[in-house]
Amino acid sequence: MKITMKNLLKLIIATLVVLVAFTSCNNSNSSTSGALSSNVAERVYVPPGQHDSHYAFISGGYSGNVTVYGLPSGRMFKEIPVFSQFPTSGYGYSEETKPLLNTSYGFIPWDDAHHPDISQTNGEIDGRYIFVNGNNTPRIAKIDLLTFETTEIIEIPNSAGNHSSSYVTDNTEYVVAGTRFAVPVPQKDMAIKDYKGNFKGTLSFIKVDSEDGGMEIKFQILMPGFDYDKAHPGRGKSHGWFFFTTYNTEEASTLLEVNASQNDKDFVAAVNWKMIEEYVNNGGGKMMPTNYAHNVYDESTHTATSTMKKEVRVIDPSEVPGALYFLPMPKSPHGCDVDPTGEYIVGSGKLSANVTVHSFTKMLDAIKNEKFSGDAYGIPILNFEDVLAGAVEQPGLGPLHTEFDDRGNAYTTFFISSEVVKWKLGTWEVLDRQPTFYSVGHLTIAGGNSRKPDGKYMFAMNKITKDRYLPTGPELEHSAQLYDISGDKMELLLDFPTHGEPHYAAAMRADIIKERSKKIYKLEENNHAYVAKTDDDVKVVRNGNEVHISMTTIRSHFSPDNIEGIRVGDKVYFHVTNLEQDFDVPHGFAIIGQNTSELLIMPGQTKTSVWEPKQVGVWPFYCTDFCSALHQEMQGYVRVSAANANTPLKWSLGEDIE
Amino acid sequence: MNQTLKLLTILFAALVISCGGKQENKKEGFSYEKKEATEKVTKKAETISASKRVDLSNKGIGPISSLNLPAEIDKTMAAHGADVYKKMCAACHRTDKKFIGPAPTGILERRTPEWIMNIILNPEEMTQKDPLAKELLIEFNGSPMANQNLSEEDARAVLEYFRTLN
Repeated sequence: MKITMKNLLKLIIATLVVLVAFTSCNNSNSSTSGALSSNVAERVYVPPGQHDSHYAFISGGYSGNVTVYGLPSGRMFKEIPVFSQFPTSGYGYSEETKPLLNTSYGFIPWDDAHHPDISQTNGEIDGRYIFVNGNNTPRIAKIDLLTFETTEIIEIPNSAGNHSSSYVTDNTEYVVAGTRFAVPVPQKDMAIKDYKGNFKGTLSFIKVDSEDGGMEIKFQILMPGFDYDKAHPGRGKSHGWFFFTTYNTEEASTLLEVNASQNDKDFVAAVNWKMIEEYVNNGGGKMMPTNYAHNVYDESTHTATSTMKKEVRVIDPSEVPGALYFLPMPKSPHGCDVDPTGEYIVGSGKLSANVTVHSFTKMLDAIKNEKFSGDAYGIPILNFEDVLAGAVEQPGLGPLHTEFDDRGNAYTTFFISSEVVKWKLGTWEVLDRQPTFYSVGHLTIAGGNSRKPDGKYMFAMNKITKDRYLPTGPELEHSAQLYDISGDKMELLLDFPTHGEPHYAAAMRADIIKERSKKIYKLEENNHAYVAKTDDDVKVVRNGNEVHISMTTIRSHFSPDNIEGIRVGDKVYFHVTNLEQDFDVPHGFAIIGQNTSELLIMPGQTKTSVWEPKQVGVWPFYCTDFCSALHQEMQGYVRVSAANANTPLKWSLGEDIE
Repeated sequence: MNQTLKLLTILFAALVISCGGKQENKKEGFSYEKKEATEKVTKKAETISASKRVDLSNKGIGPISSLNLPAEIDKTMAAHGADVYKKMCAACHRTDKKFIGPAPTGILERRTPEWIMNIILNPEEMTQKDPLAKELLIEFNGSPMANQNLSEEDARAVLEYFRTLN
């Protein structure tokens, strides 16, 4: 081999390049990640036994449930079953909770849970309830934050794809539920191509009782047949108004990805709900025959009931002139977010180059001076320039949703360019941008949609996870990212996996509710129809082929634990009461061949599981919760005789059945 | 300079040696004591069971440090106590026999009133720290005394009810 001068020179240069690349790379890596990671680690580390400063309630999207996380640690504390059956606790399987999932379509074991929102007083988070919408079979659920359990679900009639939901007004007067799909109202058999001008979109206002939180549909507004995407109540000065984004103002019924993107501008619908409320209180609107379920869980009986409602009050916008306006907003807006002062209405046109902001003051002025540029189905369209406050020029691609801090800044997610952009309200200048990993949907700041945001943390909920964690096959959990936003620049602190599709979340300071969180249910307040509070109440009662067993549990036995006289073909109800009165001592119940889930029963609570024995024999049951050192001894037997046998009905504990 | 260095070296060496020596001693003593303790427990259990042993000086650990019982039994209070006992205690305690836990009949002949109220009101700490309660936990198969979150008033009423059991 011949080494020429030229080749040698090449070799030397190549070696040098590689060396430089390696060393410089090493240097930069070790210096930045080292210093940064130790500093960041301290800021998200919550030592063992200590508590996080904030709660985050993250919807699970297609999981149908809501998960509870701590911030800044990103630790998950609980999954709250809402729209989906949950075998872990028996939710939706136990006789007491099945009615919560009843609808006009019958029992539905699942939904798509989207936008949790915490109740407010004077525009500030009060921590009493969380409301969350089920998209697919339109429903609004309420979670009680004393128990972190779902206690009420109301179905929304005349709605389809309940998406512009479930946001609350300043004093939780209302929670709204806007339809995504326009549909025939009432439903009827008609050609799909006749959609335009014939379908309607309903915006439902659900009154929340200020005492017990009970929900009731006060009225539905019959809007033009657009798609209604997101919503936000007015805050402070704009309290009394509600804003909804629309898309598909083209009223297309097919290939929406093209056909719903034709108009240069869609609308934000501005609804003066106080005006409509007054109209309704004076007898306005019409009662329309319909059918929807209203399901309420009673903590005293530990039992839910489902009631079918047969009519709903509907309002035609033409009946209440001055209550509804359209504000033009560029290109299929998604987010519709009102800042803490109530002045700015931020629209995120998904296909727009800018983030457009309208002014509430200018809107009132335009209404007063009738600065209209037309109307849509009789609803006045305000002139775009006359309501415009400003625009953030080309901040990123695919703006989606905005929340606010307590220092006059806004934070907008950009789905296509995978980033969060911080900008200034009023000057519209971009202050900072941080990448997200990857394809961010919504973001959350504690109280970030209220009058009083807590501008310490922001977390972004990403739709794509890919390489962020160890791989788990083709299916991955989604991912959230926590940023410290207390300084001038946003700082990425932590990635944490989330369950299902974390569609949106609500967060708050933990101290608002942690002291009042319920520890046990009081046995003396248990009014369940089959409760057994003492040995005297323990019984087995036959009624035809139904057998009701009122049973107790305490560490570490069931009473009774021997039962005879059950027959093949019986329907056996195990009503199990946990007699414990101490924090965190649940007991479980499972019996062989149960065609349903186990039960997990909290102290002082009663839950019921149905068992239909199919074979003669002696069949065991046991406690599924590792409750004590003698948990493995916590078991019993049921003797099942032939359908025509005469084995007497008997039960015992601690002695043989004679 | 050289001298100082030598001195420091010696001091350092001494430190290392003394440290090592101490550690060894500690290890021996610890394992020796452990052996002894285990034997003691076995012997005790063989002699007289904790549930039968009379201890009228131990007041237990908990909110009740001193309690003087009047000579007369308060019948109204005892009746209330019987009701509380039935609702909160009877799942594990039977008056006439050993059940999950010991029978309360005659308990005032074996325990101080303070100890009785403390085991009701503070069972977790009692079964961890009070020697008698610890032994009882073992005697009753490790079945824990459940904290039923009784008020002091209710626990006092249960005690009054126990006075009526003979």
